[in-house]
Amino acid sequence: MTTTRTTRAPSTVAGGVGESTLRPDGIAKLKGEFDYAQDLRAENMLWGATTRSPHVRARIVSVDIAPALAVGGVHAVLTAEDVPGRGAFGLEHADQPVLASDEVRYWGEPVAVVAAEDEDTARRAAAAIEVEYEVLDPLVDPLVAESEDEVFRRMRIRRGDQETEGAVIVEGYYEVGMQDQAPLGTEAGLAVPDGHGGVDLYATSQFVHIDHSQVVASLGLRPEQVRAHPTGIGGAFGAREDVNLHIHLCMLALHTGQPVKMVYDRAESFTGHVHRHPAQMWYRHHADENGRLVRVEARIVIDGGAYASTTSAVLANACYFAVGPYRCDSVLIDGVGARTNNPPCGAMRGFGAVQVCVGYEAQMDKLAARLGIGPLELRKRNGLATGDHMPTTGQRIETPMPVADVIDSLAAMPLPGQDDEAPLPGGSGLTTERDQVRRGVGYALGIKNLGFSEGSDDYAVVRVRLTGDGAVVETAAIEVGQGLVTVLAQIARSALGVGRAEVRHVDTSRIGSAGSTSASRQTQISGGATLEASQRLRERILDRHDGDDLTDLGVVRDGEVVVPMAVLTTESWEETVTFRHPPTEPPDDDGQGVVHADFAVAGHRAVVDVDPELGLVTVVRIDTAQDVGKALNPESVRGQIEGGILQGVGLAVMEELIMDGGVIRNPTFTDYLLPTILDAPDVEALLIEQDGSWGPFGAKGVGEPPTISSTAAVIAAIRDATGKEINRAPVRPQDIAL
Amino acid sequence: MIVEFALNGEPANARVVTSVSLLDVLRDQLNLPGSKNACDQGECGSCSVVLDGSVVCSCLVMAADVQGSEVTTVEGVAADGVLNAVQEAMHAAGAVQCGFCTPGIVVAATDLFAANPTPSRTEIKEALAGNICRCTGYGAIVRALESISGEKS
Repeated sequence: MTTTRTTRAPSTVAGGVGESTLRPDGIAKLKGEFDYAQDLRAENMLWGATTRSPHVRARIVSVDIAPALAVGGVHAVLTAEDVPGRGAFGLEHADQPVLASDEVRYWGEPVAVVAAEDEDTARRAAAAIEVEYEVLDPLVDPLVAESEDEVFRRMRIRRGDQETEGAVIVEGYYEVGMQDQAPLGTEAGLAVPDGHGGVDLYATSQFVHIDHSQVVASLGLRPEQVRAHPTGIGGAFGAREDVNLHIHLCMLALHTGQPVKMVYDRAESFTGHVHRHPAQMWYRHHADENGRLVRVEARIVIDGGAYASTTSAVLANACYFAVGPYRCDSVLIDGVGARTNNPPCGAMRGFGAVQVCVGYEAQMDKLAARLGIGPLELRKRNGLATGDHMPTTGQRIETPMPVADVIDSLAAMPLPGQDDEAPLPGGSGLTTERDQVRRGVGYALGIKNLGFSEGSDDYAVVRVRLTGDGAVVETAAIEVGQGLVTVLAQIARSALGVGRAEVRHVDTSRIGSAGSTSASRQTQISGGATLEASQRLRERILDRHDGDDLTDLGVVRDGEVVVPMAVLTTESWEETVTFRHPPTEPPDDDGQGVVHADFAVAGHRAVVDVDPELGLVTVVRIDTAQDVGKALNPESVRGQIEGGILQGVGLAVMEELIMDGGVIRNPTFTDYLLPTILDAPDVEALLIEQDGSWGPFGAKGVGEPPTISSTAAVIAAIRDATGKEINRAPVRPQDIAL
Repeated sequence: MIVEFALNGEPANARVVTSVSLLDVLRDQLNLPGSKNACDQGECGSCSVVLDGSVVCSCLVMAADVQGSEVTTVEGVAADGVLNAVQEAMHAAGAVQCGFCTPGIVVAATDLFAANPTPSRTEIKEALAGNICRCTGYGAIVRALESISGEKS
């Protein structure tokens, strides 16, 4: 519900919501002048580096730092003994050591950190530290971990009659590999001691207030002694939610009394942030003769790796969305988040909803084939609508749920014709003969929650000020590239009636938390706070000066400017608002309850060309329809859709961290393949706008839905082209050709 | 050793050790942080510069090898305070998100248009095949560059 308090609504303002206004930071980025964390410098700055475990699991027998201290130019070498406060951190459970002391539990785990006069010296010193390890047998199979009760969370969802059976039953096993967010900017940061025992931190982040609280805890400082500053960041996609170098940098800065900078190189980045959870899924779908789902059973095992990160929440999401956007009144989902010695896994765009979509959409296609019903028709017969109950939690859906519109839109979009000039699978290798290429078409739908769930107090604080420079929106919400700095200004313009508006980032000491830039939440939640603060400010100004409109010229009464803007802004005008979405509740023992605040759905149709003998795939085209509520900036929405789809395509056909006994075998951009411009399909996107969400102007979050079902659609299209029962993401050449 | 070369049209020099890359010299010594280091292996193109008429990954070029060469970085593709046609088109099309790949794409696309003012869609894609963008899915980048193909820059 958008609250409109005033009958004195602002007139339409240039640069307001609904327009594709341009990024305020676009020019600086295009000229190479935008400051990223990698680019920060300070007087007397030292460089930090990290000593990491070469073993997957080992007992630390001894750590000798003397060889590092003997390197010329080294100012500090710190180990677990030097952590002044809480020795561990974590988003949900503080179980991950700041620096390992007794045991290392994954490959690349930090053991010591160094500060030195330049980067090379710091890295040489980090390598010189002598750690004696007693190598232990690692636990790397999540199913073995489960059998040994090495789990972060078990989750069961039971809804409806558990004896129900369908006339038609299809079963399947599916798996999803470990994907990396691979933001182009690696982890980087600068910590600057304030000379009074405190520290200012400028580091890559999605959530500076959670970084702040974790730094405070581990450094044993008072909250006001640490200030975490939003900083320029080269992408995130979930990789920046957890602390990595933040505590290390602050420790080194306070220990040396000098600013310390650290930048992970790419290989280190692959071990320095969490990944998308690999998943194994067993599904059994029951339907009646008409293809209506009567029961869904699933077992879902995700590998959380060595430390908790957000595994509990990712597992919950996998379970809550295990049926997809479909009605079903008999459901049994068993989920396990296993603890192993693989790299820790956590947040990545789509957060649990991506993995299960690969499973349930394959099942829907199996049902459709068994019953001789078209894939879209089968989905339409089962699609959720507003007023229905979620198949898993039983929650009544109160906001728009346009599954039918998504399906109808996809069905109406034209399919591409054959193009004899089109690039062949395998690209410029020219290994494929055109007459061997088979085309396939596949569909998938996905659903996900928006914002935080399960009763968490999800809020964002925004301050809106009216100054001589126009409206200023102050926030600690992180801009990761998605365009928050664009859309919050648009909201302020439309709600205040003032054309000049900009977003300014402020540090944790100067404003309350905006929560994380994740869960597709900032446009709705920080946007909601911006809307409400702007509305209140406008009302106060008009009340104070008895106006009936506020424009760039000032307060207007009866068509005349009665208080010019220059005069008005000699007074101090600001409003600070904490916005909360409708409350949610934790699930009961059967996973039931009003667990989520809002949902979004999207559908994808993929067209692929496959060389079945060589196992090569070209994704020719993806058409999509997405439930966006209201597109506040249509081009930005399109950018989220196209970018999210390509990450989904990457997971479908090329992106996987190859694990070998807990060791990542491909931690480089040479071996971890990312889609290039030649791999990018043409994309056509239809935005489905409907009123009824509580986001500002009815907006829904748009960042994650593009990534959820695009992967499943590509796999479906490969199945269609090859006739093979492909059951994994990514699909490898051997899955097709052998 | 001291390396002397032309950088964005001006004489420049740097004291380098043999192992240092051109990228590190640009960023750390010559105060040109626009070229980005994302992979350090020549796979992503974020550090692209024009070296004697060819687009190269500056992370793979030894600084010592640019003696007497001409180097153009993202800071040199347009005059101060102005955008060139490629930058203008990318800004207008929403082709920038996080922006970390953007300098490399600007350099590669500017070089493309200097050589071929009317590139086809395929030629645009081939020219940018060495530049990874993780945010945009490339759609807005292609639209931006197609929009100025055939225009006088």
